[in-house]
Amino acid sequence: MDFDRTDDQKLLAKTVAEFAKKDSTVERFRRLRNAEGEGFDRSVWARMGELGWLAVPFAEELGGFGGSMVDVGLVLEELGKSLVPEPYLPCVVLAGSALRLAGSAAQQERWLEALLAGERVLAFAHAERTARYAPEPRETWARADGEGYVLSGTKVFVLAGHAAEAFVVSARLGDAPALFVVEAGAEGLTRELVRFIDGHRGATETFESVRVPANARLPAAPASEVLVHVQALGAAAAVAEGVGVCQAMLAMTLEYLKTREQFGAKIGSFQALQHRAVDMFVEMELLRSIALEAVGRADAPASDAAAARARQEAISAAKIQLATGGAFIARQAIQLHGGIGVTDEHDVGLYFKRVHALMSLFGDEAFHARRFAALQRT
Amino acid sequence: MELAFTPEEEAFRAEVRAFVAGALPPPLADKARDGRHFSMPEVMEWHRILHAKGWAAPHWPEAHGGPGFTATQQFIFKEEMEAAGAPSLSPFGLVMVGPLLQRFGTDAQKARFLPTILSGEEVWCQGYSEPNAGSDLASLRCEARDAGDHFVVTGQKTWTTYAQYADWIFCLVRTSNEGKKQAGISFLLIDLDSPGVDVKPFETLGNTPAFCDTYFEGVKVPKENLLGPLNGGWTLAKALLGHERTLVSAVGATARTLRSARRIAAHTTGEDGRPLLEDPHWEGRIARLEARLRAHRMTVYRALAEQQKGKHPGPETSILKLVGSELVQRADELSMELMGHNALSWHNPPGVVPPYEENVGPQFAYNRATTIYAGSNEIQKNIIAKLILGLPKA
Repeated sequence: MDFDRTDDQKLLAKTVAEFAKKDSTVERFRRLRNAEGEGFDRSVWARMGELGWLAVPFAEELGGFGGSMVDVGLVLEELGKSLVPEPYLPCVVLAGSALRLAGSAAQQERWLEALLAGERVLAFAHAERTARYAPEPRETWARADGEGYVLSGTKVFVLAGHAAEAFVVSARLGDAPALFVVEAGAEGLTRELVRFIDGHRGATETFESVRVPANARLPAAPASEVLVHVQALGAAAAVAEGVGVCQAMLAMTLEYLKTREQFGAKIGSFQALQHRAVDMFVEMELLRSIALEAVGRADAPASDAAAARARQEAISAAKIQLATGGAFIARQAIQLHGGIGVTDEHDVGLYFKRVHALMSLFGDEAFHARRFAALQRT
Repeated sequence: MELAFTPEEEAFRAEVRAFVAGALPPPLADKARDGRHFSMPEVMEWHRILHAKGWAAPHWPEAHGGPGFTATQQFIFKEEMEAAGAPSLSPFGLVMVGPLLQRFGTDAQKARFLPTILSGEEVWCQGYSEPNAGSDLASLRCEARDAGDHFVVTGQKTWTTYAQYADWIFCLVRTSNEGKKQAGISFLLIDLDSPGVDVKPFETLGNTPAFCDTYFEGVKVPKENLLGPLNGGWTLAKALLGHERTLVSAVGATARTLRSARRIAAHTTGEDGRPLLEDPHWEGRIARLEARLRAHRMTVYRALAEQQKGKHPGPETSILKLVGSELVQRADELSMELMGHNALSWHNPPGVVPPYEENVGPQFAYNRATTIYAGSNEIQKNIIAKLILGLPKA
């Protein structure tokens, strides 16, 4: 049992934290949110590439660092603390993992190199209007056509989909799911900008008989396992980022309790508020604990049944804690800030919204409680 | 990061599990299987069996006759004992006064008391709370008057759990009214056979005879029974509270209650005639508690990893007590709900409800104490607010 970070991990977390503190304050996010454009900064994205952060979980032969989800988790935790808006989670964790787990050598070479360098944005187009959190697509169809495939259907709330140069798209091919890489300029693909609760942007993407070549299909089979794994990685990443977001909210709230005065006293001296703050702290520690298990088990391969099961259990338990304990922290952070917490001007609300976005992604509380329950049956 | 126990630790777990399976006498094993209540003589029988194995005091160092387990081994040991449903030994000697004697006792006190605590030949109870000193423990009034070579103790202690079976009681007593109220308290070891001691048992909310009032009327206590310095008892009490909290994470106990809840849900049919476990509502409620227990368990593991590095458990262990005790209660509450009409049954002869449901009600009722004893959860929150979060004083 050892929860210590290695020297490399400490250095990575420190570098990201310093960047976030110096070069990516919440003010920068607010500015980008309020401006037209992509909602993030391509030059910062490129710098993240230069610093190697986008290469963390990829094998060395792909130009990566051969790191793990634990490493990705600590990057996300630090980015979460100051709401860094660059699309780390959708690119590195979602599209990147799909290509890493299922892509051909040629696909990996073509797409990952540019992604790792921060030159491209890749999105993962999976969510659909009626499929809720099903790991498999329901209403996007692929059919073989001559040398290639034809894709039809609509993907919603595609993270970073408004900015991506290419997408990894899930679709039904016959009875089974399959994954394809589709370039943004493909004929028949239209995308509309969509705004998210947390100030991020994405797209609704409509595929109308979009023709892709045979080598656009990600060859690893079965794609159903890859989709389950990518969803799990997304959930683990959401929890890891959630740790940073909630940690920041707890710290802001404690600071407010120690400075705000009413009735001639610091409001943090009132027992009702002290106990509420302790309740937040307790949920924070539980979130931190189970998040460590979630990222620690996230890389378990589908081929090891026991390890893959422990992965799903830990990640579902963690996502449940984000949706219960994390949500409690977020909501109480607003409550304890009082009126100022309900203004757009105060930062605490930005964090509050980010937690709720993370809660709505990769399976909500009900989804993960059902999944966790199913895993206890056998 | 390493989430797994080492192979040595897993081997140790297997050894403990195998030992319990083989050593628990059949009548006790029957009760353990169904989570039924153990009488004090049964608890002491198990104490002697563990003592013969050298495992009665898993947290004692070898120098005092303990097995010298690491912090992680202690946790595994406790988890396995709880998971097996084995009787939990009376903590007052082994967990409370024993470690205090080791830390603060004179050589003579150690030699006199430690061996019989370990063997179970002498049973201890705790004299802290008084009718008017509960959470505000420092306002206690039970008085020990200096009478030359001895103290004369007069007053009342309450919640002296299992005092009717005990030979000795350790007490916080008032030895001075000068200065702060905490500064006039001493830690005294009192023979319950002394003239002037009167023990009156009363029933808990579970209708088990665990609680007692203990009265002292001019009880003579030799001065050599003072543990630690005169008027220094508060320091000992605080040291003890910190120690207690690390042992109340109740991970094994809650895991066991949830397994029992699954069993109840599998054997109880709903209005549609199907087992409750097949109803997503009930299955989901059990699973949500299991998921929270998993997060709690990881928090305990983090604390253990810190202890392995030689760090002393600090105020953050208050969290383990808070979450652990709430989980115990939520698992009991859910078990009661799962039972439906069977939750009405109260200490009936066998056959009214299945054996594994017999003790659910009394356990549920008694376990309301878990958020009260060892420093109520509200007191724990005061501690966390002040010592960890640094919130201003009221």
